[in-house]
Amino acid sequence: MSETIEELAAREYEYGFVTDIEEERIPKGLSEEIVRIISAKKDEPEWLLEWRLKAFKRFQQMLAEGHSPDWAKVSYPEIDFQDMYYYAAPKQKKQLESLDEVDPELLATYDKLGIPLLEQKRLAGVAVDAVFDSVSVATTYKAELEKKGILFGSFSEAVKDHPELVRKYLGSVVPYSDNFFAALNSAVFSDGSFAYIPKGVRCPMELSTYFRINAQETGQFERTLIVAEEGSYVSYLEGCTAPMRDENQLHAAVVELVALDDAEIKYSTVQNWYPGDKNGKGGIYNFVTKRGACRGKRSKISWTQVETGSAITWKYPSCILQGDDSVGEFYSVALTNNWQQADTGTKMIHIGKNTKSTIISKGISAGHGQQSYRGLVRIGPKAHGARNYSQCDSLLLGDQCGAHTFPYLEVKNASSTLEHEATTSKIGEDQLFYCRQRGISEEDAISMIVNGFCKEVLRELPMEFAVEAQALLGISLEGSVG
Amino acid sequence: MSDALKSAAERFLAQAREQEPTPAFSELRREGIAAFSEHGLPDTKQEEWRYTNVRPLAGIEWAALHEPLSPSRNAIEGVATPIFACGLEVFVDGHHHPELHGSPGASEVTALGTASAPPALLGQLADAKAHPFVALNGALASDGARVHVHGEDPRAVHLVFAQGSEDAASHPRVVIDADPGSRGTIILDHVSLAGARHFSNSVVEIEVAENASVDLIILQRAGDASFHVGHVAGRVERNGRLRTHTISLGGRFVRNDLAVVLAGEGAECRMNGLYLGRGAGLIDNHTWVDHAVPHCTSDELYKGVLAESSRGVFRGKVIVRPDAQKTDARQSNSNLLLSDKAEINTKPQLEIYADDVKCSHGATIGRLDAEAIFYLRSRGVAEDDARAMLTRGFAAEVLSSLPEPSLAEAMSALFVERLEAAEEAA
Repeated sequence: MSETIEELAAREYEYGFVTDIEEERIPKGLSEEIVRIISAKKDEPEWLLEWRLKAFKRFQQMLAEGHSPDWAKVSYPEIDFQDMYYYAAPKQKKQLESLDEVDPELLATYDKLGIPLLEQKRLAGVAVDAVFDSVSVATTYKAELEKKGILFGSFSEAVKDHPELVRKYLGSVVPYSDNFFAALNSAVFSDGSFAYIPKGVRCPMELSTYFRINAQETGQFERTLIVAEEGSYVSYLEGCTAPMRDENQLHAAVVELVALDDAEIKYSTVQNWYPGDKNGKGGIYNFVTKRGACRGKRSKISWTQVETGSAITWKYPSCILQGDDSVGEFYSVALTNNWQQADTGTKMIHIGKNTKSTIISKGISAGHGQQSYRGLVRIGPKAHGARNYSQCDSLLLGDQCGAHTFPYLEVKNASSTLEHEATTSKIGEDQLFYCRQRGISEEDAISMIVNGFCKEVLRELPMEFAVEAQALLGISLEGSVG
Repeated sequence: MSDALKSAAERFLAQAREQEPTPAFSELRREGIAAFSEHGLPDTKQEEWRYTNVRPLAGIEWAALHEPLSPSRNAIEGVATPIFACGLEVFVDGHHHPELHGSPGASEVTALGTASAPPALLGQLADAKAHPFVALNGALASDGARVHVHGEDPRAVHLVFAQGSEDAASHPRVVIDADPGSRGTIILDHVSLAGARHFSNSVVEIEVAENASVDLIILQRAGDASFHVGHVAGRVERNGRLRTHTISLGGRFVRNDLAVVLAGEGAECRMNGLYLGRGAGLIDNHTWVDHAVPHCTSDELYKGVLAESSRGVFRGKVIVRPDAQKTDARQSNSNLLLSDKAEINTKPQLEIYADDVKCSHGATIGRLDAEAIFYLRSRGVAEDDARAMLTRGFAAEVLSSLPEPSLAEAMSALFVERLEAAEEAA
């Protein structure tokens, strides 16, 4: 048994490679000047620059007052915000018309990752807006989406082409003053994705984006905004892999979702950023603010995440259930191995009547990993008939890791019903024995048990992601079982 | 810290400096004053006090010295019913009244106010630096009791903490040490003699030695205007067993802290709690179980009923230390909201650093089951009666675990009486 374990534990991050591409960078550090440079580089309108500057001011204030979040159960050395590059874009020779013009090395990188950027790729039918470092490079299927009136592209394009929409919704779910990292992101965000689904349209394909952090010491600050108009539906996939690196990198993204009457947004994430090596050196700091507003009646927002990467994850995809009968869902698998730390969970804020939320969180902790579920369910005084069900299970593999659960339940309405359950346990020796006895190798047995443990979440993922997620769990998990 | 909290803290400190401590309390007072001067009263920015604002408590000028009351034995029996005469000791407004005590049982009870030296356990378990009200108790405690449990006496020790003077504050301190292999039941009974507004801030330190078994019953049945902050710090040694029963049925502001360290293998802790919130009352229970060594068991059941515009708070924390393998920890918190203005904030927490463990927690919040009410109504039970019946049933799970049946009955009756008063008011 121990041999298998050692062998598996020795497995290195599969996606560690650096692409040599000429990059355009602005000087290190953070100042009003840098914010202005970023805005100018992106040729942004005045209102957006002003918004950035307001956010920057707020960030500086928070930094001075020591407002960086210290409540999460993660520990890391203080971040020097001056010792980072805030903008890096692959240099482009000219405006690109087709994929043939994209830097072949870049395309090769995507090939290695298996991103279906080229149409002949196996996952045809998926439109990809690939954010390479900070600038969107190529977009496929745009035309087809446009026929339906769906707008999907990079954030900077949206600012140029549809400023009225961006202006209306930007910061309406996550205001720039929301929290420390949201303020930082609002000040220096470089690019991201924007999707707009018009009234009554069901998006015919799963929208997908691959974020990759490439340049060394580049914090990446994407901003995603998805607006689903009345009666529309969209499923959005976000997947992440990053090359190997020694220095810690900061990733502070903001995702805003808006669902109007009868609209539904399904947001799925597979996060597999570099978690650091087995001694805890390096790895990504993933400090993300994700929030969806169910503004309309009967609207629905569903978050599904598989978090296997990053040295530190600090992430709470939330739903604000404003509209009557709106629904919020959160399905999460988080895995911490070696020295990874994760503090993740969700917030379900019930405001409207008969709002419902479901939380299923599965935490797997191995090696020296520390993992916390931190969640809030708040039922406001007017949320008559609100309903919440939460289940948070943790699986511990090894005696050096930790699994913690910090749910908050705040209820101000007597007609609501809440249930919260949490369990913590290890893989049953008898389950393992049973599998081994029937000739299943230990590795496979553990993989099976873990996949079974996560099944409730994995089945919420779109098919392509479910496959990747299972493979990821297999790679990152089994190696540390002891 | 806000000005109101600051000035209240200063008033308390001035009182502490004025009084000359008795020999048993001199060391405790020094430490208490030091810790309280440093930390003062907690505000809601502190995680442990997030939902519990102490401002109403801080806004009142609590008197340190008050007119001595001399209630009769009958008056005490009237409010602290049923009386367990063996090992009965009565404290009025924080002062021991030796003339009211009952017949001695097997467990030794000594008053601390007149003791010549502090008991060994005093100040050893409750951490004044971490808990502001423990520091305050240390700074101002002037009386209390030491209960030494030895042998196997089935008779309960009954400590009654009665308060009667308006705006009186008392800071009783209790230490309980149970010898190896001993058995005992201790009742701490907080009652009001009249409808006075008063504040009691008690600290209990309890050590359960090897193979000992102790039932600790904490009753909070004071009047609606009362303020109560109570802290219990316990330590259970190898194969020892501590069962706590925290029943809070009254008060404007009630905060119970219960912190137990399972320090020896095979130690067991069972924590039961029932709370009833009425009027604009706040009732807060914070529990904390520390599984420091392997093979320990903890089981927690807290149930709350919140009526009118009351607010309930529950925080239950289970920590499993590294290497505390084979831990079995369970925790459950259920809440019944009876009114649209009632509110509950609950946070059950697990912090686990060992893998071979079985830990679970659950929390539920809801109202009475409409189908159950319908069932009873269809059988001719009036709606009000059906509701009362179901609510009583909800509470019975906790009350029935009280080791003294007569006490369970009395508390059940009081629960129903106070619940009915709340429903009539609504």
